[in-house]
Formats: sequence, C-alpha cells, structure tokens
Amino acid sequence: MEAKTTNYRAKKRNTRFLVYAILIIMSIIWLFPIVWIVLTSFRAEGGAFVPYIMPKSFTLSNYTKLLSDSTGNFPFVRWFINTFVVATFSCLLSTFITIAMAYSLSRLRFKMRRPFLKIALVLNMFPGFMSMIAVYYILKALDLTQSLVALVLIYSAGAALGFYVAKGFFDTIPMALDESAMIDGANKWQIFTKITLPLSKPIIVYTALMAFMGPWMDFIFAKIIMGDDVKDYTVAIGLYSMMTKTTANSLFMSFTAGCVLIAIPITLLFIYMQKYYVEGITSGSVK
Amino acid sequence: MFKKRYGEQHITYRELFKKGDIGMKLSFIIMGAANFANKQILKGCIFLAVEIGFFAWFIQNGIHALAMLQTLGTKKQGLHYDTNLGIDVLQKGDNSMLLLLFGIAAILLCIVMISMYIINLRSARHIYETKAAGEPVATLKQDLSSLVNERFHITLMTVPLLGVLFFTILPLLYMISIAFTNYDHVHLPPKNLFTWVGFSNFGNVITGDMASTFFPVLSWTLIWAVFATITCFFFGVILALLINTKGIKLKKMWRTIFVITIAVPQFVSLLVMHNLLNDAGPINAMLKNWGVISTSIPFLSDPTLAKFSIIMVNMWIGIPTTMLISTGIIQNLDQEQIEAAEMDGANKFQIFKSITFPQILFVMMPSLIQQFIGNINNFNVIFLLTGGGPSNSNYYGAGSTDLLVTWLYNLTVNTMDYNLASVIGILIFILSAVFSLWAYTHTNSYKEG
Repeated sequence: MEAKTTNYRAKKRNTRFLVYAILIIMSIIWLFPIVWIVLTSFRAEGGAFVPYIMPKSFTLSNYTKLLSDSTGNFPFVRWFINTFVVATFSCLLSTFITIAMAYSLSRLRFKMRRPFLKIALVLNMFPGFMSMIAVYYILKALDLTQSLVALVLIYSAGAALGFYVAKGFFDTIPMALDESAMIDGANKWQIFTKITLPLSKPIIVYTALMAFMGPWMDFIFAKIIMGDDVKDYTVAIGLYSMMTKTTANSLFMSFTAGCVLIAIPITLLFIYMQKYYVEGITSGSVK
Repeated sequence: MFKKRYGEQHITYRELFKKGDIGMKLSFIIMGAANFANKQILKGCIFLAVEIGFFAWFIQNGIHALAMLQTLGTKKQGLHYDTNLGIDVLQKGDNSMLLLLFGIAAILLCIVMISMYIINLRSARHIYETKAAGEPVATLKQDLSSLVNERFHITLMTVPLLGVLFFTILPLLYMISIAFTNYDHVHLPPKNLFTWVGFSNFGNVITGDMASTFFPVLSWTLIWAVFATITCFFFGVILALLINTKGIKLKKMWRTIFVITIAVPQFVSLLVMHNLLNDAGPINAMLKNWGVISTSIPFLSDPTLAKFSIIMVNMWIGIPTTMLISTGIIQNLDQEQIEAAEMDGANKFQIFKSITFPQILFVMMPSLIQQFIGNINNFNVIFLLTGGGPSNSNYYGAGSTDLLVTWLYNLTVNTMDYNLASVIGILIFILSAVFSLWAYTHTNSYKEG
C-alpha cells in the first residue's frame, strides 16, 4: 500500500513536470514572433533580414523616424489619428445599430421578425468581398470616396447584420422582467433603457470592443475606398503599404515599430476585456 | 397567436375602396388623403411628400434607369461620323456598369415606394376600422407614443435597415447580376459595353476553361477549412486542459501568454510570420548558421510545403481562441464524474476520450460550424501569408494556395474579370448555405439565432 501511494505521487509529479515542459515549449513558440518583432523594432543595423535574433545594437531611431515621417510618404501619426477617429465613430454607431437590431429581434414581436431572421442568415453567407466593388461605386455616387466618413458608414452598415451574438444574449434575459415592468406601466422604450440595457453590460462592452477594433485591422475595404489618398489612410493600410516590394527592405524596421505601437494599446484593451470576449462568444451559442 | 391578430380582423382593400368615404377612396391615388381628411396632418404630409418625390424622380431618372436595364447601354464610346459636321466626333458612350447599378437602385426604390403605398392604404384602413368601431382616430401624440410602444421595433430598426438595403442588399444584387453578364477584362466600361449573357459564365466555371482552376482551388479550400478547423479545435482543447491540470501554478499567466497572440492584429502577426518564414528570413538564416540545413527550406515557396505552413501558422493564430473559449467549459465540467472514472481505473487518455472531449464538443458545436464557414472565407491568412503564391501556371488568376475567396479577390482587383468573380461568390454562398443547412438539421445543439 505504502509503495503504491509513493508510486502514485511520483507519477503525479512526473505528469506535472511534463505539463510544465509542454507549456514552456508552447509559450516559447507562441511568444517568439512577438518578441522578434519587438526586438527588430529596436534594431539599429541591417535591412529586413538578418541571420540572428538578438540585435547587435539597440536604437530608438526606428520610432523617431516613423513618428517624424522623414520620407513624407508615411505620415504615421496622421494615420493613427484617422484610425482613432474612425474607430470611435463607428464604435458608437455600430454598437447602437447592433444592440437596436438584436433587441428588436429578440424581445419585440412583429410580423416580419421570423422572415427577417432567415433573410439575415442568408445575407450573411455571401462573402463580403463580393460586393466591395459595388459598394465603392455607391460611395462614389454619393461623392464620399477617399473620406473617413465613408469608412465609418461601411463599418457601421455591416453592423446591422452582425446581431446574432447580442441577440443570443438578450434571449437569456427572462421575459418575466419585461412583463412585470409592463404591468407597472412602463412603455417599451423605458423597458429597453431602464431594464434591459443595464443588465446587458457584458454584451454592450463586447460589441463596442469588437467594433472599435475592426478599423484597426481592416485593410482591404479601406484600401479600396482610399485608393492613393495616403494622408487619409488608416494605420492598417498605411503599414501594409510600407511593405510593398520597393520599400520593404528600407522601411522594415519602421514597419515593426509601427506594429508595436498599435499592437500595445489593442493588446492591453483585449486582455482587459477578455472576460467579456468569452462571454460574448459563448452566450451566442450556449443555450 | 400573433398571426391571427394580423390576418383575420381586417377588411380587404377592395371593400375599403367600396365602403370608405371620399378621403379613403382618394388614398388609392393620392397618398395620405385619408390622413388629411382625419386631421392627421403630419402623417398625411409625409405620405404626400413621398409620393410627389417618387414621381418627380421617376419621370426624371427612373424610367430611363429601368429602360436601360434591358440592354445595359447601346452607345459605344469612340469616334462616330457626324453627318452635320462631316467629320468624326468623340461620342460619350453608355457606361454599362453605372446603368446596371442605377437600374437595380431604381428597382429597389420602386419596391420601397410600393411598400410605402401599402402602408398608406393600411393607415387609411386603420382609420376606417377605428371609425367603424366608434373610436376616435389616433392623434399625433398617440401615434408618436405608439413608436415607443407597440411599434417600437420600427423606431429601432428603420435606420439600420436602410443601411442594410443600400450597403448590403443593393451591392449584392448588383454583383449577382454581374454573374449573368460578360463584364470581364475585354468588356470594361466606360470604353466598352457589356451585356447579358445568361448562364454561360457558370458553364465556363464548372465545365469550361475555368474548371481546371476552379476544382483544384475548391478542393484545397475544403481541405484547408477541414484541417484548419479541426487542428485549432483539438489542440486548443488540449492546451486548455493542460493549463487547467490540477497542481499547475500561475494558470492566469499561462492563459495571458496565449491571449496576447489573439489580441495582436492579424495583419501584424501574419506579416511577421510571412517575413519569419521567408526563404531569406531569420528562421532559414539561423538554421543555416547552425549548420542544420545547407539550402533554405521553402516554407512558403513550395506548393505542398506552403499549404502545410499555412495550416501550422493558422494553428498559431487559432489555438489560443479555442483555449480561451473552452477554458470556461472545462471549469464547469462535472468533477465528480471524472473522479469516479479515475477510481474505476480509467487513465487520463480514456477520461479525455470518453468524458471530457465529448462534452466540450457538444457545447462547442455551433461555434465550430461557424469557424468552419469562417475558414472557407478566411481571406486574411492566405492573403497576408502567401498572397496565394507560389504561382501556378496551370491556374487562371490564382496561385497554388489561393482559396476561393482570395481567387475572387484576384479576379476583381488584378485580372478584372468581374463576371467570373461573381460566379465564384455565388458558388461560395451555395457552399456555405448547403453546409449550414446540413449542420442545422443534423446537430442538436445548433439552434436558430
């Protein structure tokens, strides 16, 4: 009996040791590209590729070069402000749109509700890229191309069909709450603002976070709309445009510096919000 | 219950026309007449303004836009002989693309108008019915208050739905129509016209010239979607289990390490991966320095290896997401059941295979299906990592690792074959729709919405 317990303990220790080993190896693999990009952004020597990881000498000049826009073609600070403005406005608009759609489709009852849910499901299955050329010409007809307003419009218009996660959340709030408020004489608007919204903080934060992060990452739609209007680029297309064949080698380290600069706030935001992120994803599917 | 309320109580519009007073009869021609007759001035003004606006537009532009939809333009841009002047003059041609776009917009506007007309009639009928029941007709104040009550959905949804109509449905109808035209690189407006060609583009993709590109790309898309979804799911669950192993310390720190990689914007992490795995990139250079290899490993430039690398890199991106989601599920698993199995002598693998994994699978099925469809349309990974390359001379406008979506992108942006791109888009839609439908009917944890 005694021998068996020690054996069991030893086995447990061994598994724990093994698990730690695997976790450490995986962490190294996962962190390696991130560490590499941070190190590269401080590297003083060489072009895009050097055959070692640790820079031979460190410098901040990649950052100063990027922020001062010495070449004149890559106004990073301007891009950053553009993106921030677009992200803020489209975050406000899309959060309102998504929550309004989700609430209507989850809590209110009207004739077109079920047909609309089905139509939305179908519309969501078409690849978004298919229509981008047409969207471009519609915006051109409205004389809105190459402007930040167009970006806000596009990002928010898409929000109307992205209501599934939020709808799933509203479905879980008991109907009895609404009914008792109705008996107390509240109208639908009061129920929406005074009862449902305060209970929906996680899903509102999740929706807002997702909408805010979108403009920082999208580079396809933005590129099509902005064309060659470099000063109105967002960060994503701007950085992407730094990596064309002719400039990739000379600008690589400034590019990595830019990546680090935008990845830091988004990463911090994300880590802070990860609880809501998980709730957002799972509340849509788990019934 | 709701159907009944909408369907049965009302009189038909024919009856309304026969029995209604003069205002209601006029409503069939002049929108809002019934509202004016019953002191609903604001409502009446809105209906009337809509009608006047619509007909002004319809006579000025609408008729032309609808008529041009038939031919998509007949006048070609170029030099034409002018008999009056006796010389060739430059003629401004029709632009088929804009004609098609405006034509579809015109159809949508007509539909909006028809529904406004029906709403107008319904409003007249409502007045008739309230009057017949001997109740007073709703005042402006009552109408407005109904917008935050029984008609609250109209208040909330009107603006979003207009956005959907003009930025989703209109472009979509336009692109679907393109699939039935010959809008390709030899028929580019404004220089040339394009016209309707029926189903010949579909024939071209499925049995004609494009079949030799379409089917290999399709099969790689499916292989990719299956492997990308399964690998991320399976290893993500294992990672979550490892972190949640009893006795492991600093669980939060381990989780955060992996969460960082989700948070980094994809175009950053993927472009970095693209550079790391380059033939002249740091990984190859280091391996050479250490003397492990003498020539670069073509991670992204060999067709077969590139596919393998893409799936690997995708695991780097996708595993943390699954880990994050499944952690919550694992923490809620029934511990007693697992302990009981341990008592009965089941080993770790058996517990995983028969208890943990099936439960996680059940809960995560809907998100797995979404991920699968997401992977069919996974533009970022391919576009940023390989750009579809290495190039493949057997394909038209696609590289060895191009998915259907990235091929669609190439067809619109590089080769300008919009008609083919639209056909591909429709086929992708059919693929996702068929799969969702199958999943919808065959899995029990997948419910509407």
